[in-house]
Amino acid sequence: MTNFIDRRLNSKNKSTVNRQRFLRRYKSQIKKSVSDAINKRGVTDVDSGESIVIPKKDLSEPIFHTGKGGVQDRIHPGNDQFSTGDRIPRPPQSQGQGGGPGEASDSGEGEDDFIFSISKDEYLNLLFEDLELPNLEKNQLDKLIEYKTVRAGFCAEGVPANIDIVKSLQGSIARRIAMTSDKRRRLKECQHKLEQLNNDTHEHVKEKRELSEEISQLKQKIAKVPFIDTFDLRFRNYTRQPVPTSKAVMFCLMDVSGSMDQATKDIAKRFYILLYLFLTRTYKTIDVIYIRHHTQAKEVDEQEFFYSQETGGTIASSALELMIKVVEERYSSSNWNIYGAQASDGDNWADDSPYCRKLLADKILPKTRYFSYIEITQRAHQTLWQQYQQLEKDNPHFAMRHIKTVDDIYPVFRDLFHKNTQEIKTTG
Amino acid sequence: MAKRKPLDDSPDWTFDLLKQYQTEIARVAEHYRLDTYPNQIEVIAAEQMMDAYASVGMPIGYNHWTFGKKFIQTEQTYKRGRMGLAYEIVINSDPCIAYLMEENTMTMQALVMAHACYGHNSFFKGNYLFKSWTDASSIIDYLLFAKNYIAECENKYGISEVESTLDACHALMNHGVDRYKRPQKISLDEELKRQKDREEYLQSQVNSLWRTLPAAQAQEAVNKTTFPSEPQENILYFIEKNAPLLKPWQREIVRVVRKISQYFYPQKQTQVMNEGWACFWHYTILNHLYDEGLVTDKFMMEFLHSHTSVVAQPEYNSPYYSGINPYALGFNMFIDIRRICEHPTEEDKQWFPEIAGSNWLDTVHFAMENFKDESFISQFLSPKLMRDFKLFHIHDDESNNYVEIGAIHNEQGYKKLRTTLSNQYNLSNLEANIQIIDTNINGDRALTLRHTPHKGVPLADSKSEVLKHLHYLWQFDVKLVQANKSGEDDVIARCPDIEPQEQL
Repeated sequence: MTNFIDRRLNSKNKSTVNRQRFLRRYKSQIKKSVSDAINKRGVTDVDSGESIVIPKKDLSEPIFHTGKGGVQDRIHPGNDQFSTGDRIPRPPQSQGQGGGPGEASDSGEGEDDFIFSISKDEYLNLLFEDLELPNLEKNQLDKLIEYKTVRAGFCAEGVPANIDIVKSLQGSIARRIAMTSDKRRRLKECQHKLEQLNNDTHEHVKEKRELSEEISQLKQKIAKVPFIDTFDLRFRNYTRQPVPTSKAVMFCLMDVSGSMDQATKDIAKRFYILLYLFLTRTYKTIDVIYIRHHTQAKEVDEQEFFYSQETGGTIASSALELMIKVVEERYSSSNWNIYGAQASDGDNWADDSPYCRKLLADKILPKTRYFSYIEITQRAHQTLWQQYQQLEKDNPHFAMRHIKTVDDIYPVFRDLFHKNTQEIKTTG
Repeated sequence: MAKRKPLDDSPDWTFDLLKQYQTEIARVAEHYRLDTYPNQIEVIAAEQMMDAYASVGMPIGYNHWTFGKKFIQTEQTYKRGRMGLAYEIVINSDPCIAYLMEENTMTMQALVMAHACYGHNSFFKGNYLFKSWTDASSIIDYLLFAKNYIAECENKYGISEVESTLDACHALMNHGVDRYKRPQKISLDEELKRQKDREEYLQSQVNSLWRTLPAAQAQEAVNKTTFPSEPQENILYFIEKNAPLLKPWQREIVRVVRKISQYFYPQKQTQVMNEGWACFWHYTILNHLYDEGLVTDKFMMEFLHSHTSVVAQPEYNSPYYSGINPYALGFNMFIDIRRICEHPTEEDKQWFPEIAGSNWLDTVHFAMENFKDESFISQFLSPKLMRDFKLFHIHDDESNNYVEIGAIHNEQGYKKLRTTLSNQYNLSNLEANIQIIDTNINGDRALTLRHTPHKGVPLADSKSEVLKHLHYLWQFDVKLVQANKSGEDDVIARCPDIEPQEQL
């Protein structure tokens, strides 16, 4: 007895759970690999997943097995030159011509690292595990609403452009069947009778004529039922559905005055990358605006932002002013989720710092979802930091952190966005 | 015999065609007296095949990261084109489940059906090892029980706890096999019923074994006794029954792993025979169909192409050489047995007086039913085959700076070659011989195991890692000893890895 079963349509992901278990077990190694990889990426390169490298020794499942040494007797096929009693010098290591084949291949592979790919989503999930965009929830519902037109079934009235032909013709067929069914039945009966009469040996002239007449009348009646009627028409129906906007703009503000060296800028770059990746988890489209400043601010592209050197003094407010201007011109805060990230080494013209605070408090913070300030310096804090500190108390969506070395980036980032429901509740 | 109208040999298979071929193959198989379990042939896609790979051929597997690792590895190598997937996987169950890959051509499906559904299937049903060690009708039930039980444990005690227990069991899986007892047959229902009783009973036994209330009077005498009274080689079994601090559910998990290990044990011992038998039958059956005119020349060309690449044996100096190909050895041995029966030479009559000239069908069935790799080779490997394979023996003694050719395919060498090759498939020589010799039940509860090397082959370095796992299960000191040249036991690994304090 034999049964054939087609399993091709069964779920293909029987191993998904086991794969998850694997990721779970090696989370610490994978996370390390992920945070190492972040340094190699461009800011907006988020489409790819990531290759994860785990040293093979970490993965091995030990069992008792025999090692090398002792007396080993092996049989091999294909003797082409040996006679009993031949002695062959032991091949150096395991690279043998005639000696110990089979061992060479084993040890050749043993030391490889275990490399595999995780998908983009898995990558981002690992990177931003336990992190959350602050204040996302409450603002999303009351303010940032867009409307999307979605299909909502069919209706009997509408504009000609929306006629659904298939639905309409289905209606037409149904109506025609309904309106002609008894006539058709009668027609069949008559035709059947007529045939019987025709086959009959007697001639039934009268009955035949009557029947033929009835048949032609019925046919006419059936033909009169219109092929399509306004009653049949069906139109596609659309409604507008509110959806939270999926657009975000991220402002990268950076001090490029002489005091910012390339190392400092690289640190800032990593911070921006993380922020960008993080935002892509929530938003479909993200604009990135790069604003750099010394005494004057300028909107630039990524390359120039990170790699051109300028000298001069520092007026941080110029960048904030430019940001306000760009927001007003291009990014109305009802359509866009606005994020700001400012990086600086803390140098600012002393008199400018209070003005910066005022700009932020009055014009920027009300419009933005989140504004973060990182100060990358080894020295003591200056006026900008002190002024900003005043803001931090009253504005839950403003955050500032101090970064000393590259190693701080990831922890600080995690710290900034750490899920802290407690805080949001009390301040919100 | 009368030529019949050939079956459709177009490359694309359909279920109708599969059935037609299946019917014909079944008819021929019956003609050759192949006794099989009912077949359940499942057509699957490549990804599902990778799933099947990852679960090491178990149709229902419990969840564990190691299967995820295997899946990722398979997926990686497959996607890079380094490896083709097997055409089929067949499971020793009743009904016998065989997976066919969707990508196979019609010819391949026919080959695979003959190979798996009649070759392997009849082997599972007929070979004495499978008959006495596995129970095809209850394995699916048992795997289902295991999967559900482990999932339930994960819910109750957390994924991590269960994972560590499984890790530890997997490390000792090869040492969880009974070699001399017949396991009992139970169905899923019974298994569930008994599990509860077993849990309580085991715990009570353990408690009395480790009772701390002093039995002061007999202290001295008791110190002399050892437990277990005889060395135990089934380490997992010993753990399950005697580990002092294991929780009841952990004992059950140890048992699950042990059972699964036991289920696969016969497969490890019959690789050459099992594959050889299956190859012999797909070859014989399809040739039979060809003689009847049921399959076309085109079909045969494609079939032979696949067949020859499966049973090819690269020579020792070929870059593709990786030991003796079990398919090649097994297939050629069965073909050779048939030859000895049908056209024996003088040499055969001398070497195999009892089978030369006998009925070949009886003889191959006899060989399939009553042997395992080791005994099969020592019984049936003929001088002709050794010459065909040009076998030679390398004696590699660590204490010499050369290796020696011990025997080659000539009159003086045949017996030596055959014995050595047979030993090469003797699992008890291949797997490390490790036995539990003592548990210090009246003292620190330390567990002592002894490794008895075979021909001076030492244990690999992984031993201390394995001991850590054993320590996880035993939860008291564990040490592994090995007799040195003067016959005393040297400790070669211990866990925890510190010298115990001066013994007072």
